[in-house]
Amino acid sequence: MDLNQLLAIKEKELASRRPYTLRCCTAAGCLSAGGDQVKKRLEQAVAELGLSDQVEVRGVGCLRLCCQGPLVHVDPVNELYQKVAPETARQLLERIRGGTVSLETADLHHPFFTKQLSIVLANSGVVDPERIESYIAADGYRALHDALLEMEPRDVIQAIATSGLRGRGGAGFPTGLKWSTVAKSPGTRKYVVCNADEGDPGAFMDRSVLESDPHSVLEGMAIAAYAVGADQGYIYVRAEYPLAIRRLRLAIEQARRLGILGSGIFGSPLNFNVELRIGAGAFVCGEETALMASIEGRRGTPRPRPPFPAESGLWGCPTLINNVETFANVPAIIRNGAEWFASIGTEKSKGTKVFALAGKVKNTGLIEVPMGTTLRTIVEEMGGGAPGGARIKAVQTGGPSGGCVPAELMDVEVDYESLTRLGSIMGSGGMIVMDETTDMVDVARFFMEFCKDESCGKCIPCRAGTVQMHGLLTRILEGKGTTRDLALLEELCDMVKHTSLCGLGQTAPNPVLSTLRFFRQEYERRLKPDRPVHPVALAAGR
Amino acid sequence: MAAVTLTINGKPVSAPAGATVLEAAQDAGIRIPTLCHLEGVYDVGACRLCLLEVAGSNKLLPACTTKVAEGMEVWTDTERLRKYRRMTLELLFAERNHVCSVCVSNGNCELQTLAYEAGMDHVRYPYQHPQLEIDQTHPLFGMDHNRCILCTRCVRVCWHIEGAGTKNVAGRGAECRIITDLNQPWGESETCTNCGKCVMACPTGALYYKGVSNGEMRHDRHKLEFIVTAREEKQWIA
Amino acid sequence: MDRLKLATVWLGGCSGCHMSFLDLDEFLVELAQRVEVVYSPLVDRKEYPEGVDVCLIEGAVANTDHVELLERIRRCTRVMVSFGDCAVTGNVTAMRNQLGPRNAELALKRAYVECAQEHPGIPHAEGIVPPLLSRVMPVHEVVPVEHYLPGCPPPADRIRAVLTALLEGRAPALEGAQLKFG
Repeated sequence: MDLNQLLAIKEKELASRRPYTLRCCTAAGCLSAGGDQVKKRLEQAVAELGLSDQVEVRGVGCLRLCCQGPLVHVDPVNELYQKVAPETARQLLERIRGGTVSLETADLHHPFFTKQLSIVLANSGVVDPERIESYIAADGYRALHDALLEMEPRDVIQAIATSGLRGRGGAGFPTGLKWSTVAKSPGTRKYVVCNADEGDPGAFMDRSVLESDPHSVLEGMAIAAYAVGADQGYIYVRAEYPLAIRRLRLAIEQARRLGILGSGIFGSPLNFNVELRIGAGAFVCGEETALMASIEGRRGTPRPRPPFPAESGLWGCPTLINNVETFANVPAIIRNGAEWFASIGTEKSKGTKVFALAGKVKNTGLIEVPMGTTLRTIVEEMGGGAPGGARIKAVQTGGPSGGCVPAELMDVEVDYESLTRLGSIMGSGGMIVMDETTDMVDVARFFMEFCKDESCGKCIPCRAGTVQMHGLLTRILEGKGTTRDLALLEELCDMVKHTSLCGLGQTAPNPVLSTLRFFRQEYERRLKPDRPVHPVALAAGR
Repeated sequence: MAAVTLTINGKPVSAPAGATVLEAAQDAGIRIPTLCHLEGVYDVGACRLCLLEVAGSNKLLPACTTKVAEGMEVWTDTERLRKYRRMTLELLFAERNHVCSVCVSNGNCELQTLAYEAGMDHVRYPYQHPQLEIDQTHPLFGMDHNRCILCTRCVRVCWHIEGAGTKNVAGRGAECRIITDLNQPWGESETCTNCGKCVMACPTGALYYKGVSNGEMRHDRHKLEFIVTAREEKQWIA
Repeated sequence: MDRLKLATVWLGGCSGCHMSFLDLDEFLVELAQRVEVVYSPLVDRKEYPEGVDVCLIEGAVANTDHVELLERIRRCTRVMVSFGDCAVTGNVTAMRNQLGPRNAELALKRAYVECAQEHPGIPHAEGIVPPLLSRVMPVHEVVPVEHYLPGCPPPADRIRAVLTALLEGRAPALEGAQLKFG
């Protein structure tokens, strides 16, 4: 494979385009609503009506407005049809013949669409995730080619560092710094790992990226491999994402067949292969040291850091671990330049962030917005507020490691630092909107139950502390708790946060701490008085 | 090998580069409470009792896996650490059924000793009282899950000193169990060599020699130390 | 000087702690001069009195009578001491909790039906035989207590250390092996 061949594939693909394209969402959300049947009926109808030279029916990735699926986007008229049923799908062809249709269309001028800025999701809903040619037609693998043939590894790292890209898994570690650490760590064998073990309740960003545009992740990984000097990559993806797994397998197979993965990629010295590792459903395996243990075939439990994976990772070798979305940003940065990327976002948080908008909000779905967009813009303008005009109470970000930002603070600009200041975290991108009917103590208990069940059991504070915190939250929720119980809960939050071995335990108290910070009265009004102590004992200061 | 100097609780201490803070402290006669640590097998940093405050680090670090560094300033016994240690022990006692009065290891138990050393006169958290099994199927040894604290010492000696790989951990969170082979009764294990190292390593009354009664269990730790010394220093001394 | 009003009570336990109390031997004579035992299984008094200075509570909280008595003790007592492992931890008395939600029923059945030599049957007498709680608890889960005196039973010297401190108006400060359970 060389540049001419790559461009030839692109030309051929573009030349095969028809005047009309029906882009049918085939990501998991729309599929669960019958999107595959819609696509099938459309294909049948095109054949029956003899429109094959006029109309292309293309399976694409996520078209964003998940709550209104199945979605079909019609080009070039630029109309997005929602809730398309297999029975009514045929009508879309009438539209192409100049007729009118009675199907619902989404308002593409709504802020839900207009406030989005797609970098990671640029191909999502456009390319066919099951065909590498479709990705190449969208300039796919051009960045890899250019990086390999026109840049030194250190230039690539410099570009990533200059871009200001930070880890999208949640912690926001500067990606360029991580790459350079791995590059500088001595070792003849190095690894690149993509963390696709997305596990936060309500989060589906990484799944959508993998289902919609798997090649962008592979390309990002290959560029990273070149930059740090690795020749083997692993994608650790959870088994609960069968479609993502299938498309990744297909993508790897197709890339290998074209020589874009394998030996001497684009004629350069880079050898790089990618293998999938399927997680068995443990949340803790999203923690990097547990993830590596699992890849090595051991029980997925974390270990103390240091040493960090960059120094001693898989089988003791220097290992670069980034999240799906982080890798998916890389090709665009190489293609468009670090300065372009750095011009988007806030001072310390560059680029965009993909969020899975869910909960008590009208428009649920996948959004990608520039860093610095306010929560209010996201929830009220893009999300359209709570259904039925209910008052929004809080927005939960960061899943079980995050916190709740109360409605009155929704003017905060979303970036790593500002959310941390509010006691929440950016997290991987789950965003759950809560309205006034939501009970915040119940929310805290829900997340604590999640952490209790997902604790790996290795360290005592997390294993036993989450059980006790869950018990105390349940007592308080049931109106049986006392002020002493609340004090015990707060003390445990502090202890578990500071003594747990890994991020799961260290952040497990966050939903409690955050709801206590902003909604303490919801705890306190449930407390019953402590049992009376003898007045003399009280007087003695006990 | 180069040596580094550091201070532990304000006291200047020297240690070979590459040593852990725990080793440096032990060498200097400073005791740091430990539970999952066992001489001769690798450390896992799981029990969190040996956590330290280290100047310049906003995180507490386990002494057993943290390496010494030049100029490091370490505190092992601050009020905050003592509080966390006591809480950790309380959590352990509330988690399973540690009924000292009817335990084979009563009076010879590291958990019991650590608890009174930490001044734990009662447990503030509700006891969980889980229903747990006692595996009496092995002809020589017994396993009482009620007393197990999941320190994994038994697992580590089984894999790394004996090399049998019989013991392992199954399950998640509070449901974690030490298992033999693929979670079958110990007596049916085909890999267990009956060496008893797991029993020697156990800090509590979870693993015991059959036939011992209340308070009679002795863990024969010196036999394990003998093996480790022989292996590491090629000296056959107890 | 008024003698200290001392009470001891026996909840769900084996009375071993009280036996250990009697092991105080000659200190009992000294104690008798300095305290007035106002309520105890060792003295004949039906009602827990008011104005008690110190109460040693042996045993875990296992039935409804225990809860009721503890409420009264707490109201009428200046310093409560959880006396022995059952009071402090639940100990053996609380081992029935491991049998799950039906533990009380199963324990009664075992004792009064399966092991009965004659007249098997679970005793019922409203107002006389108190029902068992579904979960045995240490004393401090029911009412706050001031001090803890662990041990199964607590050795006499430990009891003496605590009583001496209380007689001298100090807070007992057991430490190290004096706090050993079991």
